[in-house]
Amino acid sequence: MQIPIEYYLVLSAFMFSVGIVGVLTRRNAIIVFMSVELMLNSANLALVTFSSYLGDTTGQLFVFFVMAVAAAEAAVGLAIIIAIFRNKLTVNIDEINILKW
Amino acid sequence: MTLEVILFILFGLICIISAVLMVTRPNPIISALFLVLNFCSLAGLYLILNAQFIAVAQVIVYAGAIMVFFLFVIMLLNPEKEKRFLEHKPKLKIFTIVVVALVLIQLIYMIFLAHPNDSMTNKVSESVNAGTIESIGREMFTNYVLPFEAAGYLLLAATIGALVLAKKKFE
Repeated sequence: MQIPIEYYLVLSAFMFSVGIVGVLTRRNAIIVFMSVELMLNSANLALVTFSSYLGDTTGQLFVFFVMAVAAAEAAVGLAIIIAIFRNKLTVNIDEINILKW
Repeated sequence: MTLEVILFILFGLICIISAVLMVTRPNPIISALFLVLNFCSLAGLYLILNAQFIAVAQVIVYAGAIMVFFLFVIMLLNPEKEKRFLEHKPKLKIFTIVVVALVLIQLIYMIFLAHPNDSMTNKVSESVNAGTIESIGREMFTNYVLPFEAAGYLLLAATIGALVLAKKKFE
């Protein structure tokens, strides 16, 4: 029996929604960042699903590039968080509001 | 029930449960460890989908490199624990429920509206060749060599940027 493709896509949509919950509710900048990683991974799951159901390599190549971009994003984002922590001694995004007027 | 279906249910459940626990736990270290579990179960799902190279890269790059970096920063900064999940925040709770319900309903509606199963003529078991490292490498160094080089430059720029940002205080 072949698993219907909808199951994988619904799993991916559910993981994306959980990532949205994390971004909207959590106040720790690092956990907001990890929720963004979760959303990137749910998109990766959809890409790999279509790639292997169509028998086409291109989707998996895109996942490879998404991984490269996610690694770059994690490095720069965490460096920004470290720099903010040096100045403000907190990573709570409610207290980091110097760009607000 | 074949082995494929059993493994899909197993990894899918681990995936869902660890994602929910990662978002709701107040302690950041526990959250990060649940995210590692989530990435490992995703690698299992990739293996069911015959994407061997991506599964291995998922474990090495995500569960290995990126999550070690996250844990390193969490332990370096040692942020204080948050309160219990969504405690005393009724406005934020309603806003979150509305936004997430809208997104989830829209996504699932579109998935079932499009009937993607009808246009899929291949079987997953016939796409073994698509996921091997030979076919991915052949595509990557012929048709996609320019994006590959661009990804290299992006990683170089990110390394330099992270060094500059984290090096000294900016006043």
